[in-house]
Amino acid sequence: MKSRFVISLPLVFLLGSLLLLGGCGGSSSTSNPGGNTVTPPGDNVAQVTVNAGPPELASVGGSVNTAYTSVQICVPGTSTCQTINYVAVDTGSEGLRILASKLTLSLPTGSNGSGNALAECNQFVDGYTWGPVQVADISIPGTNEKASSVPIQVVDDSGSFTGAPVSCTQGSAGSDNSVVGLAAYAILGIGNFRQDCGGACTLPGNNGNNPGLYYLCPNGICNVTGVPIVNQVQNPVALFSTDNNGSILEFPTIDPAGVASVSGSLVFGIGTQSNNALGSAAQLTLDSSGSFTTVFGVAKNQYPGSFVDSGSNGLYFLDQSMDGIPQCQSNSSFYCPTAIQNLSATNQGLNGANSTVNFSVANAENLSASFYAFNDIAGINDNPPAFDFGLPFFFGRNVYTGLEGVNGGQPTGTGQYVAY
Amino acid sequence: MAKGLSLFGLGLVCTALLLAAMPARATLGESVSTVTSDAQHLRASTRVTQASNYEVHEMQSGAATVREYVSDGKVFAVSWQGQARPDLKQLLGSYYPQLQQAVQAEKVQRAGRHPISIQQGGVVLQMSGHQRAFTGRAYVPNMMPATVRAQDLR
Repeated sequence: MKSRFVISLPLVFLLGSLLLLGGCGGSSSTSNPGGNTVTPPGDNVAQVTVNAGPPELASVGGSVNTAYTSVQICVPGTSTCQTINYVAVDTGSEGLRILASKLTLSLPTGSNGSGNALAECNQFVDGYTWGPVQVADISIPGTNEKASSVPIQVVDDSGSFTGAPVSCTQGSAGSDNSVVGLAAYAILGIGNFRQDCGGACTLPGNNGNNPGLYYLCPNGICNVTGVPIVNQVQNPVALFSTDNNGSILEFPTIDPAGVASVSGSLVFGIGTQSNNALGSAAQLTLDSSGSFTTVFGVAKNQYPGSFVDSGSNGLYFLDQSMDGIPQCQSNSSFYCPTAIQNLSATNQGLNGANSTVNFSVANAENLSASFYAFNDIAGINDNPPAFDFGLPFFFGRNVYTGLEGVNGGQPTGTGQYVAY
Repeated sequence: MAKGLSLFGLGLVCTALLLAAMPARATLGESVSTVTSDAQHLRASTRVTQASNYEVHEMQSGAATVREYVSDGKVFAVSWQGQARPDLKQLLGSYYPQLQQAVQAEKVQRAGRHPISIQQGGVVLQMSGHQRAFTGRAYVPNMMPATVRAQDLR
């Protein structure tokens, strides 16, 4: 969740326009779970499965609501390749990140553009990943999709790399450099942006406007550095030779009681093939950080900073003081209504498009421990209050992630968007 | 959101706006002093706004906006938002180790990523967001002025 209202003056203006647009109507549609068709296998379609996850997670009860696929990586320009399984599909981040312990290939080092080896400290909501940037050819098994010489992050879970500097560790409340930390062997970040950082990380390392993701570590001393856009960790979808303007993550409807496993499709490209048309999906354009406004409740309160994120494992929104849904006694981060609550909210894009979504909230304490996919697990997100439409949102929907940029916004726009 | 907006509006329009290099060394639960400066640490410009019974020290850089909420000379809350999180050890001070432990403990209870919301040892930590957009706050309920509500701390 992110609120834009005080980040910078341009964003304050942007928020103003967004609020104005919110009052102006625009196109409107309703999307209900159910009735959607999951695209069958094809040259641009990967299989995705939500299940308990890798065996290492058994000790923590398995992963809940993580969508896994497989990715093949190769030493650039060679047929020396490796397939990585249990790769979490994340529309809330950008770039491929693989645990070093799961990597058998020896990949070339990623450079800062001047020949110096790059390291990265990437942030997730619950921690950081630290490790070297390396370069790989990436292909998606079962499809024709391939991207060559892509900077990726190798997440140092084996302690073989220079230790994370304090400026990295202290930006988080802990490390995600493990199978448990990632809930996966790798993360495939296919969000709305082409790189994980973008323009801000091209600034000099000692510039306060540089978010500090990239490091040079000469002689084991790591300091933040600026990195040209092309040398940053890249969203692989943006580098496919075709089908490179976005993707669609699709799942069938599932039982409100949950299921042990469910499979769906990850379709590459939007409007590039006969099987990936935008069709009648509501297309919401997003602000510079990838968010829209959600309108919720009888008072029709507006919550900017809302987003769709397959890497969040629940529906996270507001709190009991705002929506009246009881939080759990055992873990107040989650909701525990006595009976399933059926709710609806309206999402508003920057373009004025409105779309009403229906969703359900179950008692998080009563969900079966032998199931790993739930469309109604929900928790709070109240700082500032907004909606994080995590993986449950994807069950029963085909959710489009449109990439930023002039070419990325095709077929109907030039900016990043979500559609469903 | 309305609360955040009105607070911001209040600071911007209604009260004296001190755009100054005012040092605001501030760590959760500790005193405001002028010895060192979070602003320097964050390489950010600082401004101070006065709410009814507390001050907000806001440090802004392109990477993040950090606010420190001060009453009776003590920091009772901190919040942040931006493309990357700021130095949490600096902001959370003596609470950092216990919060770090609590976040790690929650992770091994339940695999899978989600926003953080932890209340432990007299402090609340909440973190949310995704790539390029992170928010968070921490506050000490016992140190909050009586009329301040959690939703005022954005």
